[in-house]
Amino acid sequence: MHNVSQTVFAPWDDPDKEPLIQFQNVTKKFGEFVAIDDLTLDIYAQEFFALLGPSGCGKTTMMRMLAGFENPTSGTMKLAGQDIADVPPNKRAVNMMFQSYALFPHLSIWENIAFGLKRDKQSKDQIAARVDEMLKLTRLEKFAQRKPHQISGGQRQRVALARSLAKAPKLLLLDEPLGALDKKLRQDTQFELMDIQETTGTTFVIVTHDQEEAMTVASRVAVMDEGRIIQVSTPAAIYEYPNSVYVADFIGEVNIIDATAKPAGKDEYHLDWAAGEAPILAASERPFSEGQKAHLAIRPEKITITTDKPKDASNAMQGKVLDIAYLGNLSTYHVQLPGGQIIKAQTANTRRIARRDITWEDPVWISWSATAGVLLDQ
Amino acid sequence: MKRLSWFNVTSLTLGFAFLYIPMIILIVYSFNAGKLVTVWSGFSTKWYGTLFQNEAFMNAAWVTIKVAVISSTFATILGTMAAYVLVRGGRFMGRTLFSGMIYAPLVMPEVITGLSLLLLFIGLGLDRGVITIVLAHTTFSMCYVSVVVSSRLVSFDRSLEEAALDLGSSPWEAFRLVTLPIIAPAVISGWLLAFTLSLDDLVIASFTSGPSATTLPIKIFSAVRLGVSPEINALSTIMIAIVTVGVISASLVSKRNSLRAQKDAQAAERTAE
Repeated sequence: MHNVSQTVFAPWDDPDKEPLIQFQNVTKKFGEFVAIDDLTLDIYAQEFFALLGPSGCGKTTMMRMLAGFENPTSGTMKLAGQDIADVPPNKRAVNMMFQSYALFPHLSIWENIAFGLKRDKQSKDQIAARVDEMLKLTRLEKFAQRKPHQISGGQRQRVALARSLAKAPKLLLLDEPLGALDKKLRQDTQFELMDIQETTGTTFVIVTHDQEEAMTVASRVAVMDEGRIIQVSTPAAIYEYPNSVYVADFIGEVNIIDATAKPAGKDEYHLDWAAGEAPILAASERPFSEGQKAHLAIRPEKITITTDKPKDASNAMQGKVLDIAYLGNLSTYHVQLPGGQIIKAQTANTRRIARRDITWEDPVWISWSATAGVLLDQ
Repeated sequence: MKRLSWFNVTSLTLGFAFLYIPMIILIVYSFNAGKLVTVWSGFSTKWYGTLFQNEAFMNAAWVTIKVAVISSTFATILGTMAAYVLVRGGRFMGRTLFSGMIYAPLVMPEVITGLSLLLLFIGLGLDRGVITIVLAHTTFSMCYVSVVVSSRLVSFDRSLEEAALDLGSSPWEAFRLVTLPIIAPAVISGWLLAFTLSLDDLVIASFTSGPSATTLPIKIFSAVRLGVSPEINALSTIMIAIVTVGVISASLVSKRNSLRAQKDAQAAERTAE
């Protein structure tokens, strides 16, 4: 028999597992400004951990504290059980890939990659072997003797990665590593990064503001806002079980319906959301009391759009099509309800030649099941 | 090519005439055969010959070069250090005061700088000579070096130094292996600026030089007071020639570098996957 639990990588669910990085009540202030606010977080070995959030949320400050360029104002920060607050950046087993790549312009690609190894006083042969290994890993053998300004942006990105991996750090920090690449190259590079992370077994912490990137590469994502972590979970859990309207709204597209809850059987609630409208039926494991404010977060792809009234849907309402966004693989319909609210519904265009019988101003029905949305209290 | 209007042609001519006629006259008369500076009496290079046999001039030239090389080297080291601290030191107590104090000698009248140095040297009991001129020139030219180097440091990508630290270099190694090679062009032009300033300084040198050492500008100035000799013209022509060659070769080198960078960038685009 195959043991399934061995193939699932989830050290965060194992209480006996020692985390590689521990933030314990870490606060960082710049003057009066609180960049990191009493933050506690564990990151485990071999994770690909993403810090996600809008600019100014503190994600870059966290990364710079891990690298040693900033010190916490209070709280402790541990790497492999050791307090690292007083360890200078050049003495930490942590390497960083900078957003600007920070390649040394006066050195060749080979010398850039060898830079860190030379600081360790390794022998010439050892250095040469390691640099060649890194060049091979990042497919840069042809460019070893070039200078950074003689190669393209995508190649520079790979040099930066090779240079930061050369010393085989316990932890690799990546600051918006793909921000400077165009979309197509970025997607290819995301998979390359995942491959390299798997091959080397290094723990990666990536900072990004691009939610799609975080979802693609990461084993776990931390959504941050104003120096605090709002939710830490796997990409799927973040998407399907957001813990707040902020997270639901930050990751992907979502409809938020504000309502008051009224219990209607086990784990089910009736939501009064507009005067004169039938209540919405929603399932929720999170308990709500009678009359409590609730927000129903429902993804556009979970809403079905039809021209006829659906037969046995838990929730169905009529509206008219205000706008259609055709994205090729998907179409998003903006449906306006009689009360003026706009609900987004998405369908996959699975057939090339389809009868697109829904067009602007058409009266349509939108419907969804009781379990399609998440009921949130904040 | 666009044709220039008559107004532009006139202003251009007047401007350049204003700048260069005095120098052209000096150069032309350095090839004068006669002893009188203002009367043309045929072409000759004999004054260049007598110049090289004039031991006083040759000694002064040697002192000038020695002073310029040593003082500009010291000024470059001190000026670069000052610039680095002021740009990189972050906000420390009295930073504004310090940077103001670094730049103040730029606008200080040279007479005052010279006089105060003279008083200092007398107070210390230092014999005036090559050493005192070197000290004085280092003092006033390090501000210029610091201005040139700090303007380069301001635009320097800080993450390059952080990358060096991150890869395990000590702060000193990061400076020596990354920062210094990258700001080297600014450091070199700072040195050249200090060198030129030292080369043509008259006021401060005349306060701080002694009987044992005289610089070329002082020598020329005192020689002219006894009447302009064609030898002085010849000497000045040589100095103009040296400066011109220096400026032209520097601009050729930088032009070639920028052309090469352009070609490299194009090659990188082509070979990109």
